[in-house]
Amino acid sequence: MNDGSSMRALIELSYFVAAILFIFGLKRMSSPVTARGGIIWAGAGMVVATLVTFLYPGMENYGLMTVAIAIGGILAWVSGKRVAMTDMPQMIALYNGMGGGAAAAIAAVELFGGEDHGLTFGVLAVLGGLIGAVSFSGSLIAFAKLQGLMKTTVRFSGQQMVNIALLAVALIVAIIIVAAHAGAGWITIFFLIALALGVTMTLPIGGADMPVVISLYNALTGLAVALEGFVLQNAAMIIAGTVVGAAGSLLTQLMAKAMNRSLANVLFSGFGDVAAASGPVEGSMKPIEASDAGVMLAFANKVLIVPGYGMAVAQAQHKVWELAQLLRERGVDVKFAIHPVAGRMPGHMNVLLAEAGVPYDIIYDESEINSEFPTADVALIIGANDVVNPVARSDPASPIYGMPILNADKAKNVIVIKRGQGAGFSGIENALFFLDNTRMLYGDGQAMAAELIATVKSL
Amino acid sequence: MIDGFIALYIFMLAAFVGHEVIGRVPVILHTPLMSGSNFVHGIVLVGAMVALGRAGSTLETVIGFVGVVLAAGNAVGGYVVTERMLEMFKSSKEPR
Repeated sequence: MNDGSSMRALIELSYFVAAILFIFGLKRMSSPVTARGGIIWAGAGMVVATLVTFLYPGMENYGLMTVAIAIGGILAWVSGKRVAMTDMPQMIALYNGMGGGAAAAIAAVELFGGEDHGLTFGVLAVLGGLIGAVSFSGSLIAFAKLQGLMKTTVRFSGQQMVNIALLAVALIVAIIIVAAHAGAGWITIFFLIALALGVTMTLPIGGADMPVVISLYNALTGLAVALEGFVLQNAAMIIAGTVVGAAGSLLTQLMAKAMNRSLANVLFSGFGDVAAASGPVEGSMKPIEASDAGVMLAFANKVLIVPGYGMAVAQAQHKVWELAQLLRERGVDVKFAIHPVAGRMPGHMNVLLAEAGVPYDIIYDESEINSEFPTADVALIIGANDVVNPVARSDPASPIYGMPILNADKAKNVIVIKRGQGAGFSGIENALFFLDNTRMLYGDGQAMAAELIATVKSL
Repeated sequence: MIDGFIALYIFMLAAFVGHEVIGRVPVILHTPLMSGSNFVHGIVLVGAMVALGRAGSTLETVIGFVGVVLAAGNAVGGYVVTERMLEMFKSSKEPR
C-alpha cells in the first residue's frame, strides 16, 4: 500500500512537471527569439508524462501499448519529416484529427466499460466523446480538401438544418446513454452520428476559410482532451487540454477577425454565395514582360513584396528571397508585407519565407507596413489576391467589404505575378488588377521570379 | 482526488493561462503556435494509454489500441512539424 501511494505521488509529480513544461514551452513559442527552445521544453514534458504513465497502477496490455505507440509514432515521424513546407496546414489538420479521435476513443472505452462513474463523469465523458469525434472527422475532411483529395465543396439548401438535426439527435442519444445507462448499440449510434456531424459541418466550408476551421478544431480537440482528463482524473490532460482549448479559441477569433468575419459567418455561410453580388470592375488588365518588370524593381528605392497562396503553390519562396537579396545588394530597400490570412493558415507565408531563409525582422504584418505603401516605388504581389483587393475599403456591396487589407494600391507602381486572368479564391474580381499603375506579369510564380532574377543580374 | 470545485478551479485557471500565453503573439508565429498547441494536446496519449491499460473486453482493447495509435500520431507528428517550422526562424543578425 505504501509502495502504491509513493508510486502514485511520483506519477502526479511528473504530470505536474509536464504541465509546467507545456505552459512555459507555449510561452516561449510565442516569441520568435525563444520559439525554437519552446517546442523542446514542451517535448520534454511529453516524454516525462508518457514514460511515467507506464507505471500507472492497475494496468495491463503493456505489449499492445508499446506496439501502438510505435506504429502511431513511426508513421507520424516519417510523414512529418517528409512533408513539404507548403503542405504543413493539412498535416496539422491530420495530426489534430488524430488527437480528437484519441479523445473519442477514450470516451468510447469508458462508456463501453459500463462502469458507473456517476452523473457528472458520464456527462463529461459523452461530451468529450462528441467533441473529439466531430474534431476527428472534421479535421480529416479539412485534410482531404487541402491535400486536393476532395475538390468539390458540397452545399445544398437546408444544410444547416441537417447539422442542427444531427447535433440534436446526438445530444438526445447522449442523454439516453448517461441517464439510462444504455448499451453498446446506443453508444455506437452516438459515435456514428458525431462522426457524421463533423463531416457535414466541414463539407460546405470553402478552402479560403480552412485556417479558421483547422484552428477551431484544434481548440475543440484541446477541450475534448480536457473533458476526458476529468473523466480519467488526470491533471496533466486537464491542464494541457484546457490551455490549448483557450489558446486555440483566441487564435480562431484572431483569424476570423483578420478576415472581418464572425466565426458563425465562417461556419454557416458559404463564401461564394454572396460573391455574385459585386459588380464588374471598370478598366482593363495591362500585361508587362518580365524584363521590363525586372528593370522597374532594380531601379526602385523601395520595394514591398506581398506573397500569397500562389507563392506557396508555385513553391516560389526560395526564388523570391533570391530576388530580394539581389535587390538588397543593389541598395534597394526590400521588405515583405504579410497579411494575417494570406495563404491557408495564419502565418503560413511567414513559415514559407522562414524556410527560404528570410530573416524575420524584414517581414512585417499588415498593421506595421500599411503606412509604408505610399512611399514604396513598387509593390510586388506574388500570388496574393483578396488580401490586396481595394474594394474591401471602397465597396460596401462586396462580400469582403471591411476586411483589413494591405494597401498595395497606394504604391507608386504595382506588379502582380499571377497565373491567369481568373478571379481569386473567393471568386471576387480584384480592382487592384485594373488600376492604371498596375501591371500584370502572367506566369508561374517560381518561373517569373527566376526571370526577374535573370533580368536584375544582367543589369 | 480531483473533484467538483477543485476541477472547476483548475479548468478556469488553465483557460486563463491559455488565453494569456497567446495574447500578444505576433502573426509571424501563428502557424507554428497553432502547431505547437496541436502538439501539446497530444498529452491525450497518456489518457489513451490508461484507457488501453484498463480495457477489459476485446472491443475495449481494440478501441483503446486505435486510440493509442492516434494519440501517438498526434504527439509525434505535432512535435516533428512544429520543430521543423521553428527550426527555420532565424534573425538577420545571426550567422547563417
